[in-house]
Amino acid sequence: MEIPYTVTARPDTGLWNAKVGIWLFLASEVMLFGGLFSAYIFLRLDAPPGYWPHGLLNVPVGTINTAILIASSVTVVLAWASLKMRRFKAYWWYMLATISCGVIFLVVKLAYEWPQKFEHFGAYIKTSELEKYEKYLGNKHLLSQGLPPRVEISGHLHNPEALKDPKIKEYEIALDPIYTDPTNPAMDRPHFLYVPPTNKVAAIEKADVERATMFVPSHSTYFATYFTITGLHGLHVLGGVIVFIYFWLPVGSKLYRKNPEHLANRVEVAGLFWHFVDLIWIFVFPLFYLL
Amino acid sequence: MDASSSVSHAEHHPHAHGEHDHHELGFWRKYVFSTDHKVIGIQYGISGLIFLFLGFCLMMLMRWQLAFPGTKLPLVGNMLENVFGQGAVANGVMTPEFYNSLGAMHGTIMIFLGIVPVAFAAFGNFVVPLQIGAPDMTFPKINMASYWAFFVGGVVMLVSFFVPGGAAKSGWTSYTPLADIVDKGPTYDAIMNGQTLWLIGFILLITSSLLGAVNFIATIIQLRTKGMTWMRLPFFVWAQFVTAFLLLLAFPPLESAIVMQLMDRVAGTSFFLPSGLVVNGAQVSISGGGSPLLWQHLFWFLGHPEVYVLILPGMGIVAEVIANNTRKPLWGYKSLVLAALVLGFLSFIVWAHHMWLTGMGTVVSAFFQTTTMIISIPSVIILSAFFISLWGGSIRFTVPMLFATAFLPMFGIGGLTGIPLAFNSTDLYLHDTYYVIAHFHYIVAPGTIFAVFAGIYYWFPKATGRKMNEFWGKVHFWPSFVCMNVIFLPMFLQGMLGIHRRWYDGGQGWNVAAEKVWGLSGFHWNLPISIAAWCLGLAQIPFIINFFYSMRKGEKVNDNPWEATTLEWTAPTPPRHGNFPVQPVAYRGPYEYSLPGRAKDYTMQTEPVQPDERRVREPSMSLGH
Repeated sequence: MEIPYTVTARPDTGLWNAKVGIWLFLASEVMLFGGLFSAYIFLRLDAPPGYWPHGLLNVPVGTINTAILIASSVTVVLAWASLKMRRFKAYWWYMLATISCGVIFLVVKLAYEWPQKFEHFGAYIKTSELEKYEKYLGNKHLLSQGLPPRVEISGHLHNPEALKDPKIKEYEIALDPIYTDPTNPAMDRPHFLYVPPTNKVAAIEKADVERATMFVPSHSTYFATYFTITGLHGLHVLGGVIVFIYFWLPVGSKLYRKNPEHLANRVEVAGLFWHFVDLIWIFVFPLFYLL
Repeated sequence: MDASSSVSHAEHHPHAHGEHDHHELGFWRKYVFSTDHKVIGIQYGISGLIFLFLGFCLMMLMRWQLAFPGTKLPLVGNMLENVFGQGAVANGVMTPEFYNSLGAMHGTIMIFLGIVPVAFAAFGNFVVPLQIGAPDMTFPKINMASYWAFFVGGVVMLVSFFVPGGAAKSGWTSYTPLADIVDKGPTYDAIMNGQTLWLIGFILLITSSLLGAVNFIATIIQLRTKGMTWMRLPFFVWAQFVTAFLLLLAFPPLESAIVMQLMDRVAGTSFFLPSGLVVNGAQVSISGGGSPLLWQHLFWFLGHPEVYVLILPGMGIVAEVIANNTRKPLWGYKSLVLAALVLGFLSFIVWAHHMWLTGMGTVVSAFFQTTTMIISIPSVIILSAFFISLWGGSIRFTVPMLFATAFLPMFGIGGLTGIPLAFNSTDLYLHDTYYVIAHFHYIVAPGTIFAVFAGIYYWFPKATGRKMNEFWGKVHFWPSFVCMNVIFLPMFLQGMLGIHRRWYDGGQGWNVAAEKVWGLSGFHWNLPISIAAWCLGLAQIPFIINFFYSMRKGEKVNDNPWEATTLEWTAPTPPRHGNFPVQPVAYRGPYEYSLPGRAKDYTMQTEPVQPDERRVREPSMSLGH
């Protein structure tokens, strides 16, 4: 038994089956990420002033990753075009480039950006005690500028045991630069380039702290949405890479010898998915890194 | 080639299964990990029916607690205590926690593991490719993956009954913050607890329905046979087409919500937890800033289209059965198709009418009240078209027709009683009472489930080559029909009196006060309802026996026992892998019954149009025709 229109298009619809399938699948993916992005909007609009942080992510690294993903979208098109022109060798190299880009993206995300966050520490100060830490927060200055207040002090935690041990009464934080010079107008807006925590250590009494954690998903709604959305996006990248590797391995060349058009169609479908994953990142990047 | 000759060919060889495929598959590939749409359809059907019965059993247990609150469960009390432990059933009496688990899992199992798999996946898989003249689904392997994702999801849901603390107990809607904080703490496992397993099971079920939906739509778009234009599709195919779109687009937002709730439960985030949340008198250590309302919005964004996922396939089945048994064309085919499409579209913009009690603003509530009113129009069009189709027909009251006819008033009651719930002002009073339970059960239980039964009796001969027994079918139908109404009609009364749908004591405590203050009483209805529910359980026994008995011993029939017109009846019985020996061609619409000037009162879609043929006209409503 043969299913018709697996490789050639049905005349009246002008489509082969998998192309219909992938567009339908992408429609459902739009709804999936649409649900998450609407949650982002909902929660961000709901956040009290000062509770939606800015400038915590590494913008240059994010920019590089964006460029890598866009480049991979180009190479996957070239891989498909090479197949259409029946240049298998070129296909093989372009596919390798696409896979490499995907892998580099994931490595940057999972081995660099995420762990950097997990090592960062933030302490939300109780509203009643904000005054006490004015020299780090500079809220009077921000108020005069009409900017939202700072309610958190972040940096590198010098005494991580403080998180577990109730006998330690203070968090010792190597401050992020913004808290060393809070009234400097240059600090009003987030930095573009990443600046590591300074040597200046501040002691913050636990009694004054509302809540203090590393930058993990449970730290705030911001990081909850960040890790959930980038995590789900990362899973999609991983899925795409696995599919590409499958077509790149001898399975691909075998199918190419049997029916080159079939392989081209498969790469086209996977490429459409890859473009979608890229597109999602185009939304993720400004929403979390820039806005 | 001439398609009518393929029909006669098939009629001469009713035992087409004697023919051999090019390659014979082994047992596992043929019956278990099969890629044949018919086998997958039957797999979905059998598993779905088992889950339906299981979900019903949970309800029969709850009905004891409601009729006799706090008394020992008869017959099964001790057994349940041994199986589920003291936390669920203590000294033969079910605990409130277990009661809550039963309620939540009844809803989950009935909707997502029962009705959707049977009405959408089973009938869709078995019938749609046959009706459009396709050899199989477009993506047979994905089809198989869809079934197995469903199967594993079902197993996860069942396993959750046996983990410490028991299955999910926050209602089938899993409202937050309750669902976020339940089943947590030192005595619970981080993953192996009821609510978390519910979420994981759900992700698998959503995956399954996504794969299925993509497959259905692609199949209907791509694999329609020659001559099978869109307006020649049987209404059942249209109904499945719209249903597939609803599943495709409405489930993912719920999936995103489920991912977020999973993060809340496992990674400690606060998507749905507000700041300053207090549990058991102590403030919870969370970042806060989340929104419980967000869950409700995302849940009901699925939840409302899901209602139409439940009813549309049922309507499709009823359409087929009615056209076949009235021996006349379905009245208003084009309006039916259009109504189904409009219904599908509108179902995406009515969801907040499940949330009147959350206190939304007047503008938002006015919008959703309006859309909810508008969506009743296509529903009424569909129901009216079915009723008018009965007009002037020479109706054959076969068992499928009995169920299909019963569907009409039952769905009508369910639909009309929904109108008071669509209005903000009346819903504030009726919200979360037994009135709501009665309303949607009228649509889903004597509505969709009756349609499902109609479909089973109707297509059973195509799947097995044998008919189910008519007499025992009637023995199944009449008690079921009576019991359904005895169960759900009094619930309207109970609800209007104010009995809340989630009370563990069935309203006994409320009754004491209600009698004193208003001189009202609604609790006593619980006993007749419960008795009817158990009788409904007994009424399914003839069906179960009939089903298995007829598979082997039922009356043998030819390829087209109902003298129907659609393509599935031209295929050999049971259709072999690949369905049609020769690709069929459709020459005419799906319901050409009682064509004037013909010897037979049905004209199959594969019969070419004669040059001098008088085209069929839809009968008019006038009495004199």
